[in-house]
Amino acid sequence: MSLLAGFKQHLFRWQSDGTASFRLTQRRIFILPTRAGVVFAFTLAAMFTGAINYDLALGHALVFLLTGLGLIGMVHTFRNLFSLWITPGRAKPVFAGEMAHFPIVLRNDRKIARLGLELQAPDNPGIGIQIAPEESSETAIPVLATQRGWMTLPRVRLSTVYPLGLLYTWSYLQPEMRCLVYPKPITTPLPPEQATSMAGERYGDGGQEDFAGFRNRQPADSLRHVAWKASARDAGQRPLLVKQFAGGAEQEMQLDWQLTPDGADIETRLAILTGWVLDASSAGICYGLRLPGHEILAARGDSHRSHCLETLALFKP
Amino acid sequence: MSTPASKALDHWCTPWLFATSLATTIPHAAHQPLWLSTLTALIVIYAGWLWLRNARLPGRWLLMLLVGIACAGVLIEFRTLLGRDAGVAMLVLFMALKLLELRSQRDAMVLITLGYFLLLTHYFYSQSIPTGLWLIASMTLVTATLIRVHGGPSSKPLPTLRYAGLLTLQAIPFMLILYVLFPRISGPLWGLPQDAHSARSGLSEQMSPGSFSNLVLSSEIVLRVRFEDEMPASDKLYWRGPVMETFDGRTWRPHAGDSRAPIVEALSPPIRYESTLEANQQRWLLALDAPAPSLKEFGINNTLTVTNRQAISQRSRFALISVTDYRFNVSEDGEVLRRNLNLPANLNPKSRALAESWRAQSASPSATVDLAIALFSGKDFIYTLQPPLLGEHGIDQFLFESRRGFCEHYAAAFVVLMRAAGIPARVVGGYQGGERNPVDGFLVIRQSDAHAWAEVWLAGKGWVRVDPTAAVSPSRIESGIASAMPSGEPLPTLITLRSDWLRSVRHRWEAINNAWNQEVLGYNPERQRQLLSRLGLSDNNWQSLIVTLAGLSIAILLTITAWTLYHRPQLDQAQRLWHIALRRIARRQVNYAPWETPSALQRRIEIEKPELATAFAAVVNAYLATRYGASPDKLQDLREAIAQLP
Repeated sequence: MSLLAGFKQHLFRWQSDGTASFRLTQRRIFILPTRAGVVFAFTLAAMFTGAINYDLALGHALVFLLTGLGLIGMVHTFRNLFSLWITPGRAKPVFAGEMAHFPIVLRNDRKIARLGLELQAPDNPGIGIQIAPEESSETAIPVLATQRGWMTLPRVRLSTVYPLGLLYTWSYLQPEMRCLVYPKPITTPLPPEQATSMAGERYGDGGQEDFAGFRNRQPADSLRHVAWKASARDAGQRPLLVKQFAGGAEQEMQLDWQLTPDGADIETRLAILTGWVLDASSAGICYGLRLPGHEILAARGDSHRSHCLETLALFKP
Repeated sequence: MSTPASKALDHWCTPWLFATSLATTIPHAAHQPLWLSTLTALIVIYAGWLWLRNARLPGRWLLMLLVGIACAGVLIEFRTLLGRDAGVAMLVLFMALKLLELRSQRDAMVLITLGYFLLLTHYFYSQSIPTGLWLIASMTLVTATLIRVHGGPSSKPLPTLRYAGLLTLQAIPFMLILYVLFPRISGPLWGLPQDAHSARSGLSEQMSPGSFSNLVLSSEIVLRVRFEDEMPASDKLYWRGPVMETFDGRTWRPHAGDSRAPIVEALSPPIRYESTLEANQQRWLLALDAPAPSLKEFGINNTLTVTNRQAISQRSRFALISVTDYRFNVSEDGEVLRRNLNLPANLNPKSRALAESWRAQSASPSATVDLAIALFSGKDFIYTLQPPLLGEHGIDQFLFESRRGFCEHYAAAFVVLMRAAGIPARVVGGYQGGERNPVDGFLVIRQSDAHAWAEVWLAGKGWVRVDPTAAVSPSRIESGIASAMPSGEPLPTLITLRSDWLRSVRHRWEAINNAWNQEVLGYNPERQRQLLSRLGLSDNNWQSLIVTLAGLSIAILLTITAWTLYHRPQLDQAQRLWHIALRRIARRQVNYAPWETPSALQRRIEIEKPELATAFAAVVNAYLATRYGASPDKLQDLREAIAQLP
């Protein structure tokens, strides 16, 4: 068994570091007849018997020509995969229960079109691809995300029956791609907000009470808070502007593990927390996250949200 | 084996499938009953209409009904569902019906497989060169359909057809070596149905007034002969077929069941020749008069008719030996002689009376023969294709009233006169003459050369050939039917061709056809053995044959694979020089990462190998100027910069 596993490892091993482009060659490509190909072979046998029985010279020729077509079909089906360049991309995080999409770029360096390609992860829907001559095609392999955490791309099959449909050629791709899967959110009412104790270093700027002017947008600011009208006046000459408010005590929300129902198991608690993170972030509330062994200080913005979700996704009790 | 599940069929695949269906069925319309072609056409039109309207395909019950109707129709027409013609009819109907059931890719595959199979059935009816070419074209179309079905909407019509053509071309080498080397088995493997070979019109075993003049209207080829040595003179070219001995007043028939061996005494050297006989559904062969009885492969009966073991149902080749001057059955059996004196009683009294008067006045039987010939060579008799109809006393009417007739009238009248005069006589059917094709040297004998003549038995000489037609119209025997007939006669144009260039075009075309028949279609197990032994592959060594075949196939496959997969990277001059530069610096332990731009590499070199920096900067500048700069001709600069690299 281990010998077989070792052999498989040898056959399908990834020779590069898993992120660079690689080229499909005969080492990775396999070929077998399809069911239609087997039917075709039986039809040829029947035709050959007929040709012998009725002594049809041209019948022999036709059967031999079709046999040649089958053999040639092997080369052409193989060629449809041969020398494709595959470049793995970076997958965007998804929530459990959604489809993760592993982006991949297929480059065709030949002067022939590659038609009728299919990419499929096991137990997932396949996607059809075609690539024009000397062009690239960007596509994403759909894989159902079932569990939170890092999901690695399973062994993907790139296959084709083009041009004749009599032969099936395939290659297994297993680039080291992974996708972060957030817990599946459960929507429950948010916990109550609390006024923060005004610490020394915080003196009122960044509040939401009184409009105090504009400042340049930092990457951490959510697009939601961009002052589009004000920014438009400069017609893109300057960075985007964000409205700044002064005064007022900041309302903060602690999304705490302790606030989730006591009887719930870990996954449910994480799901509830995920729901809270999503709701709080879309409501523009400043929130923090507290898990056993982790604490994220209150903040807002897209990167804060991603940080919280990532922590929830990778949480190990 | 994992096969993708059957997918729904793309809407624009359907026209391709219609084309496949039509291309494989339409040629069958020529030999199928009209109702069947009409039904097929109606189904196709209905399916096309549904497709145009984008309407739902009919349900299962309608299809079942149509299949039922089709089976019933075929059963009534052919009295069977099996056999050749009924089988083809069923396939054609299924092909049309499948158009009403095109839902998934699998349906399309069924239709295409059926299409390939239907291609084979066309060879039942014709294996000529045009059929072969048409079939290569339709095979390409079917393959294009296959490509279209699997390539999806991106496969555009013209490139798809071109691709299918390329695949066909690449398959041809395999066809050629398999055709030559694949071990041939001579069929049939089992008993063939009754209708395996269609009946053809040709010389039959019976002769009645009109049977030859009908035959003469056809320019179809009956026999092709290649003589090993010189061709005999054309007045010796009598191709002997069935011999007819019994006469009922109208029709002549052979006498069955005389299996004694004939005795032929040769008076001239033997003539060896190979004759290729077209299918005639008869057991007898046509042999140059008189065939040598020593032919072992064939039977030869007492009337010197060469017979084959089974009916000749397809074009066949025979090697034969004949002598043109001979004495045949000098000591004939008394019963045979009596049989050849029989005449139906009470018929043709005037002819009998004339014959008896001849018998009384002549000294010997041969003198009587001469009298009869003298009668026919008189001015009264006319050789024509359009004789008047004859009544009960046909021979009397012909000899004394109409005096217009074709070879069968003259032969019949002559034999009746001889029998009445007490000389044993009989009718011989066959062909006379033939035309030598100057292109390939084959003698070609057509239906229009059909002829009937007589044989009389004379004591001491045996059976002697007498051709009364030669007396009426000597040119018929010397130069063929076209010159013997007055210009008003309705002969086919091909026979009467007088224009030289048309004639030579026809000779060429027929020589090509003959080569096709002899070399391609006639490539049988025997020919294969001959060829293989000439190639040094002994015929009973199957292993070496298989090894040769496999070796050649693999060689061809590898050649095509290499040709198909080989790809010359498309680099321009500047890129090629750049790669040279990269190889140079690789020797100095600087490796170029695929994502690095030339400038990035230059910066890295400045840090890692400062001693290379200046020289390499010049290379990078020249390279960037050549590839991306406005003035294109900086290649020389680049070359010089590379030369400067340490």
